[in-house]
Amino acid sequence: MPISGMFESARYARKSAQRGRSMNTQVTLAGVTLKNPVMTASGTFGSGMEYSEFVDLNRLGAVVTKGVANVPWPGNPTPRVAEVYGGMLNAIGLQNPGINVFLERDIPFLKQYDTKVIVNVCGKTVEDYVEVVERLGEEPAVAMLEINVSCPNVKEGAIAFGQKAEALFDITKEVKRHAKQPVIMKLSPNVTDIAEMAKAAEAAGADAISLINTITGMKIDIHKRKFALANKTGGMSGPAIKPIAVRMVYQAATAVRIPVIGMGGIANAEDAIEFLLAGATAVSIGAMNFVNPCTCVEVVEGIERYMEQYHVENVTELIGGLRE
Amino acid sequence: MKQKHTAKVLSQREIAPDIYDMWIETPLAADARPGQFLGIYPKNQSTLLPRPISICETDAGKGALRIVYRIAGAGTREFSGYGPGDGISLLGNLGNGFPLEQGAGKRVFLMGGGIGVPPILELAKRLEAQKRIIVGYRDGNLFLKEDLEKYGTLYVATEDGSAGTKGNVMDAIRENGLEADVIFACGPMPMLRAIKAYAGQRDIPAYISLEEHMACGVGACLGCVVKTKEIDHHSHVHNARICTDGPVFEAREVEV
Repeated sequence: MPISGMFESARYARKSAQRGRSMNTQVTLAGVTLKNPVMTASGTFGSGMEYSEFVDLNRLGAVVTKGVANVPWPGNPTPRVAEVYGGMLNAIGLQNPGINVFLERDIPFLKQYDTKVIVNVCGKTVEDYVEVVERLGEEPAVAMLEINVSCPNVKEGAIAFGQKAEALFDITKEVKRHAKQPVIMKLSPNVTDIAEMAKAAEAAGADAISLINTITGMKIDIHKRKFALANKTGGMSGPAIKPIAVRMVYQAATAVRIPVIGMGGIANAEDAIEFLLAGATAVSIGAMNFVNPCTCVEVVEGIERYMEQYHVENVTELIGGLRE
Repeated sequence: MKQKHTAKVLSQREIAPDIYDMWIETPLAADARPGQFLGIYPKNQSTLLPRPISICETDAGKGALRIVYRIAGAGTREFSGYGPGDGISLLGNLGNGFPLEQGAGKRVFLMGGGIGVPPILELAKRLEAQKRIIVGYRDGNLFLKEDLEKYGTLYVATEDGSAGTKGNVMDAIRENGLEADVIFACGPMPMLRAIKAYAGQRDIPAYISLEEHMACGVGACLGCVVKTKEIDHHSHVHNARICTDGPVFEAREVEV
């Protein structure tokens, strides 16, 4: 499958070239070149294995894995997901098999594909993060690290590091001290001033930032008079949050010089292009993978069509490409 | 590659209050197994997630699948309005289904409760065994009764006593003095707990089909997990994914 997938993608590149003008969809994030700006959002795509039955992973700019901790995490009790108008809430609680299984099973799987691997890292303490970051440092197949300081669904760690600029600065600095790969700090929208957070990450040496993680929400079942989620609160994602995400990506991108990876409710290429125009260098597809397992590849194809239509030769022209 | 596709509704009718019976023309019919389910996507984009709905019956010859479902919210309410010729957007066939080989030639209970009755039909059709089909309903709306009767000895329980044994499926087993070597079941959690306890006392296997709120339906989001006795093979944390590791589990393997 991976080999035929690579063949498919080569054939597609030829086909695009045959359409006439040369089109460059590559973007570079902290020295890492992606074949296109489309990646998966952490936690919505596993390590790609499940979705490899639906999409050719070779077509993606990068696969961003589900958060990996130093040890297995069981996650939260069920119900863990609930639908809301135009989106969903989740409180999975970062269930993951830990770094050992991840390195033995998921990395060899991802290595088969011609796409960049970005590993999302979670932890309860600074030491947890550092342990995972160091283990991943020995793995050349990992192109970048994304540090999860924004999951709203776990009691310790994660968002605790992502809601105060000083705490974010400190953990970024510590992770950077141990990281061999470029570091993306994944920011939470659950803050007063996203620009301040973006600047704190940049000042501490982050190579890029990604946002937004989910927005904390709540749903109540009025028939049962119970919370819809066992965790009471959950992170909201889906198309309903997109305008908030676009605004925050714009604010962050204007505040820092490091690249921004934009996400939040992207359902199609039009949405993705909005994020690029707002200043994102790359975009991630999250909840919409659940709605259509082929969303990522459809976004890649849609961006190419848009570039053709508007005679955009290089996708980088779109990054922050708003007109006065 | 697998993909979401739009199938065609062949027919639909309401067979009990808020219970709908729909036949769908789809190539998925060719290899659908009893106990598997479909992820069905509403067209209304305010309700985005696929609805997990079990396969009730297959007709491979006609390339058709039957689903019988209850209106539980906005998504299923939308589906209930579909008529012949309408498109229906779905992903399938999801999950593993019932392990037929575990029941072949044995004395089996096929047990369904409420909206857990539908998947029992295709199971009853396919399983070659001494089949005792025990189904529980709230009231006298005994949907699928005539279909089930064709494939085994049928025992009915109703909560209000309007038909069969007054009470639940466990009461029907006791009242009729039934015995089994293996159980297959789908229904509400209290019923599955009672079956797990019953099978445990007799040391017989019970294959129970579980339900949980789902998002992706393909094993990626980890939304629909169940606590397991053994370490699960995906996350190594005693949390199996109902959508892909199940939805049918041997009762001893799961905490319900």
